[in-house]
Parts: sequence; structure tokens; C-alpha cells
Amino acid sequence: MSAARKGALGRAVRSKGVIFGAVVMLAMLFVALAAPLLGAVDPVRIDPGCRNRAPGVECMTRDASGARVAMVPLMGTDSLGRDVYSRVVYGARVSLLVGLAVAAISISIGLAIGLVAGYFRWLDAVVMRLMDGLMAIPGILLAIGLVAAWRSGLWGGIVFAVILAIVVPEIPRVVRLVRSVVLTIREEPYVEAAISVGTPTPLILIRHVLPNTIAPLIVQGTYICASAMLVEAILSFLGIGIPPQTPSWGNIMAEGRTLFRVAPHNILFPGIFLAATVLAVNVLGDGLRDTLDPRMSKRV
Amino acid sequence: MLAFVARRLLSTIPVLAIVAVFVFLLLRLTPGDPAAVIAGENANAAQIGEIRAKLGLDRPLATQFFVWLGHVLQGDLGESFFYKKTVAELILERLEPTLMLSLCTIVLAVAIAIPLGVLAAYRHDTWVDRATMAFSVLGFSVPVFVVGYLLIQVFALELGWLPVQGYRRLSQGFGPFLERMILPSATLSVIYIALIARITRASVLEVLGEDYIRTARAKGLSDAKVLRRHALRNAAVPIVTVIGIGIALLIGGAIVTESVYNIPGLGRLVVDAVLARDFPIIQAVILVFSVAYVLVNLAIDLAYTLFDPRIRY
Repeated sequence: MSAARKGALGRAVRSKGVIFGAVVMLAMLFVALAAPLLGAVDPVRIDPGCRNRAPGVECMTRDASGARVAMVPLMGTDSLGRDVYSRVVYGARVSLLVGLAVAAISISIGLAIGLVAGYFRWLDAVVMRLMDGLMAIPGILLAIGLVAAWRSGLWGGIVFAVILAIVVPEIPRVVRLVRSVVLTIREEPYVEAAISVGTPTPLILIRHVLPNTIAPLIVQGTYICASAMLVEAILSFLGIGIPPQTPSWGNIMAEGRTLFRVAPHNILFPGIFLAATVLAVNVLGDGLRDTLDPRMSKRV
Repeated sequence: MLAFVARRLLSTIPVLAIVAVFVFLLLRLTPGDPAAVIAGENANAAQIGEIRAKLGLDRPLATQFFVWLGHVLQGDLGESFFYKKTVAELILERLEPTLMLSLCTIVLAVAIAIPLGVLAAYRHDTWVDRATMAFSVLGFSVPVFVVGYLLIQVFALELGWLPVQGYRRLSQGFGPFLERMILPSATLSVIYIALIARITRASVLEVLGEDYIRTARAKGLSDAKVLRRHALRNAAVPIVTVIGIGIALLIGGAIVTESVYNIPGLGRLVVDAVLARDFPIIQAVILVFSVAYVLVNLAIDLAYTLFDPRIRY
């Protein structure tokens, strides 16, 4: 690792935004993984006797053995008597899974396409026209269309269909970014040198071009993660994303829609968790951009 | 310049062609038999066969595409399975609310975001600047519908100033129309303001470092005049570009806002169509929004060549 890159990493680790973003993200990851240990009960258990309780209002319910116990729902219950706190805690799993999976998949696919398109001129024109066309369809609308096409029985289930539907609109942005890096690197003297000593093209791409895409892709990946969590919430909120059996912040809010006048906690709590997580990831992205990739920060 | 206009016009053709192919393929991307998907779970083989023949799904893919494209170019967007109406009729019915919501939002967002961004750049590194940037990050992070319910809670339910939900057409009177338009456009404008204010601040900040700004100040112009006549005018190109690109964001937000406020627009139409598996509607709405998006950005690009004498191709 070069001295310059070490310096950038050091700066990144010390940046306030990066620290704040990473801490909140890790906290959410902990919440998602440790959900059963955080006092969460079964998030899909229906309790007709405990419907629409406001946060902190006690109600009688039955525990696993059937004995009657008092429960105080921290964040209230929804219209089916399910515990909102438990649903929000388990909902973190879906949001983080979607955010991270979308970022990883779209970066991988976009990187592969961008590297190849940027390096082979004859392919470039065709690929970029395709990407322009894909970008002309507003992202959420494209995701809605793809979910509609895939929600009935795509291999891997509905969560996977939602992830893929959010991935597709993100790909062109990654391709453009990678391609722009490739186009500048291709003209560097060390790449010319590598060509002149007969290094095979795949090796040039991996050894000389790929490392230069890492910093901007990490930054782009955090933004994709943030926007993917929002899009998942939007799809689920509209009732066309993750079905209610799997709690996600979006579908908890969707179920709170009809009763939001009397029970606003159904929208408030998942909303706060979602906004805080997305905010943290965005701040993380800004911090990484300013420290890892100073060139990009000048462009806004 | 004419050559540029011609080239720019021609370049939209492949983009629109690819959009058409994507939209066409959407129905064919469904796993399994698209006819069975449309017919629903309770359909029998005869009904599925009927749909397949009606949509021409038994013909080769390329033939299907050109037949479909031919219809679309003549304004025939197909027929809704659910509403038993032509899709073109449905879209015309639902166009006004979405168009009005978008226009009000753009006006509101531009009126707030540009002064805010200029002020943040002018007062660079003060609390005004930091507050604007914080609002901008927040605006990108809070989901549209959470903003919507917060505004409803405060302004409609607690203060009782505005109606909670619903839409009135312009023809039903301007007062009721405006009353029901304020909260939705305020909701939808948050993310748009965040985007425009951020880019305005960045590009004005860059321009403020230029020599001609110093010259303008040296000849004794007031700060307000320097900002308006010299800074903002020179910073306009990236700002207008982002307003155009941001329309994609606006369309996504409008779909959600319509659901929150019960506005019978294109967004609600497409969401209901997904639930009813009404593919002709889904395809048509995506096509209409995408074509509008491409044409608006084309118009903006062409406007540069007319209004900005620095741009010569």
C-alpha cells in the first residue's frame, strides 16, 4: 500500500462523519443480529386483546407457556396486536440486508461492465447507449416495474426480487463511474508501459485499473446502500415490496397508514429508525468522499 | 450551433428506442408464462390462451415488439385488464393531479432552494451554511412519506389549517385546489430543495472566487447585485441541469406522495396496477414518465445553447 493511500485511510478513520456513520451503522447491525436478545418477542405474533395500544400502555397477554402476563409495549402495538418494538428491531434485518446486498451486487455488476466497456472502445458505444437508455427511466419507477414482473415467483423469493429490482436502476451509475476512471487511467504512462512489455489485457485491468476504482466505488457504495434502504421502504410502504409476514420498516409503516390518526406510533418509530440509519450512511459516505476521494468532493 | 441542436435531437432517438425495448421486455421478464401471470391464479387454460392470442404472445418476440411499438407510436397504449378501458384514457384522466403536484413542487422548491443555496455560499462557513447543508443531508435521508405524515399531523390534525388528504381539480375552484395542494407539494419538495440548494451552494461558491466578482465588487456594486447579476447568472448552468435531472427523483417521490395524500394521479394508478398485475398500465406509465423525463432534459440542454453565449458547439 502506498504512503498516499495510507494517509487517506488514516484521515478517513479520524473523520467525524466517518466515525459517526460507522458507529450508527454498527449499532444497527448489532440490533439486527441480536434482535432476540434485545427483549423482542415474536414480531409476527397476533394478539387480538392487545390491539392499537399506545406506547407504554400496559395490556394483558399470554406468554409462551400460556400463562397470563402483563406486557408494556415500548413502542405500542399495531392493529393486529403485534408488538411494534419487536417488529422494528427485526425490521432492521431486512433494511440492512437490502441496503448491503444492493450495494454489493450493483457494484460488482457495474464494475465488471464498466471495466470492460471502458477498456474496449468498440464495446463502449453500445454499452453506454444501453446505460443511457436505462438511466432515462426514473429509478423508483423502474424498480416498481421490475418488482411487478418478478414478484410472482422469481427464484429466491420476494426479498430477492425486491433486491434485484433495486439493483438494476443503480447499475448505470456505477458503470459510468468505473468507465470514467478507466478512461483516465488508460492514458497513464504506466499502463502504456504495461502494454508495451506485452502484459495481457485482463492482467492490466486487474493490476493497474481496478485498484484506482476502489476508493470512488466505496464512496458510491455507501450512497447506493442509503438509497436502496429508502427505495425498499418506499416499495414496502406502497404495498408492493416485502410482504407483511417479514417485518420491514417500510411495511410496518404501510400497515400503520389506515390508522395513523389514532395510532401514529406505527409510522413514527420505524420512520425514525429508517431516517437515522439512512442519515448515518449518507454522512458516512460524505466523510469517505472527502477523505478517500478528494477529487470527487470538488464536484459537489 | 445548429449542428449541435441536430446532434442533440438525434441522440435522444437511441435513448427512447432503448427505453421502449426495456418497457416492452418488462412483461416478458416475468418468470414463466406472461399470459398466465396476467390471467391470475384462478384462470383456466382457455382464458390463458385467449389472453395469449389477444396480446400476440404466441408470435416471435421481434414481431411482438414492432407490433407493440407501432401501436404505441399511434397513441394506442393497449387496454387495461382491470378497468376495461383504454390505457390512454386512464392516463389522461389521471394526468392532471400528477402534473399539478409536480409543477407546484418545482415552483416551491426552486423558490426556496435557490435563495437558500446562494445565501449559504455567501455566508460560507457560518451557521447559515452549516444549517443548509445539514438540512440537505437530512432531506436525502428522511423518507417522503414520513415527511408527509409529520406535516399532516402538525398542520392538518393539530392545527387544523389544511385538509388532511384528497384532491380537487382546478376546474372545481382555485381555493379548494390550492388548499389541498400545499401539504403534498411541501412534502415532495423537501428532497428536491435538498438537491437544488446543495448544487446552488456549490456552484455559487465556485463562481464567487472568480476575478469578475472581485471586479464587480471593486466598482462598487452592492452584494445583492453581485450575487444576482454576476454570481447566480454564471452559476446557472449546473443548477438548471440538476433541476432537470432531479425530475427523476421528483417522479419517484410523486408516486409516494400521491399514496400518502390520496391523490388520484398516475402514481396511484401504477401502484394499483402492480397489485392488480395490470401490465399494460405499468408499461404505459413507465413509458410516459420516461419520455417526459427525456424531453424535459432535452429542452434544458437546448435552452443552454440559446441562453448561455459561452456554450458554442
